[in-house]
Amino acid sequence: MEEMIERIKLKFNAKDINRQKATLVFFSVEKKDLEACVLYMKEFEGYSNLTMISATDWIETGTFGLTYHLHNYKNRTDVGIKTYIDRKNPSMVSINTLWAGARVFERELKEMFGIDFPGCPRVDDPFALEGWDNLPPMRKDFDTVKYSEETYFPRPGRSTKDNVTQMEEKLYAVEAEVKKGIAKTVRKNK
Amino acid sequence: MTMIGEENKNEKKNFDTELFCDAVPKEVPRINGIIQKFYDWAQANSLWILAFGTGCGSIEMRPLYTARYDISRFGMAPRPTPRQSNLFIISGYASVKTLKRIVRSYEQMQNPKFVMGLGSCTVNGGMYWDSYNTINRLDHYIPVDTYVAGCMPRPEALIAGFEDLKKRIKEGRAEGANEYAKNFEWYKANQKKVIKDWDMPDYNW
Repeated sequence: MEEMIERIKLKFNAKDINRQKATLVFFSVEKKDLEACVLYMKEFEGYSNLTMISATDWIETGTFGLTYHLHNYKNRTDVGIKTYIDRKNPSMVSINTLWAGARVFERELKEMFGIDFPGCPRVDDPFALEGWDNLPPMRKDFDTVKYSEETYFPRPGRSTKDNVTQMEEKLYAVEAEVKKGIAKTVRKNK
Repeated sequence: MTMIGEENKNEKKNFDTELFCDAVPKEVPRINGIIQKFYDWAQANSLWILAFGTGCGSIEMRPLYTARYDISRFGMAPRPTPRQSNLFIISGYASVKTLKRIVRSYEQMQNPKFVMGLGSCTVNGGMYWDSYNTINRLDHYIPVDTYVAGCMPRPEALIAGFEDLKKRIKEGRAEGANEYAKNFEWYKANQKKVIKDWDMPDYNW
């Protein structure tokens, strides 16, 4: 594993190396190096299985973080190769020629995050969201509660009791009352 | 003179309209007296379930059909097609994509037909109340005769729900199909509000 990390550092200028476990390492590479890096890992380092491609919406920095999780069956190790792409014009090179299974992940990322993968077959076909005409729902700026309340006729009178408030009311009744009162006045002043 | 291609086109068009009925559903008025009571009694004892599963409730329906809970003790059985069944169980959360199939299957069922909402998700959205893709209230899209609450209800609860439905039918209160015909435009407007790519005929059976 250490030797592999050294080779990756030399070849693809890997940064942010994070050894989470003895058998798991994350590192990030540039967007232009990603396809070559994934291909190198598959062909020369024995990471023959694409576990998944995941995306994270970093709305503060204006980027999408893509993580390619690969698994090596011989020495039972995993790597996560991260790369960051622009959030305004999200487009990424497709790796469906390396693993046919990547089509599923790329289609899903297109549907849920709006990240385009040109050249991936049927990438524009949605899995679940037939006729969706809004922001892609997994983006951070999509307000799912607001959308649900506007669209799906919420039934009035819904209440929730989470464990924290329920135990507070049971064990510290006076304090809970005071807390509730303070919250109420603060909300009114707003 | 018509070209061969045009002829085929016309044929295809006729084929489409022949298969679908655009007529709005009509109310079936109830007859007063002992005959209606006999009808109700007969309908209550002849429930055929549409074997259609959405969400986690369909897992609970499999033991119901098979040896452990054996629904055929009550004279009920699952049917593979909506045209042969009259009880539609919406078993759990319904996403918008599924709702399209639900509406289509419900309209293909013949009268008398009953709907049972299974699980909290059909009542108020359940744990998916804030989801972007699952409906909250089933009764805004198709009429629901009875609910079985819970997350997820056990097959015993479902059997109790069947007893409840039978009671309602015998009392003449399970009039979902007539409700659908009466408020047809309201139901259609609600359905079209969430199903954005509406590519179905307005009524099809």
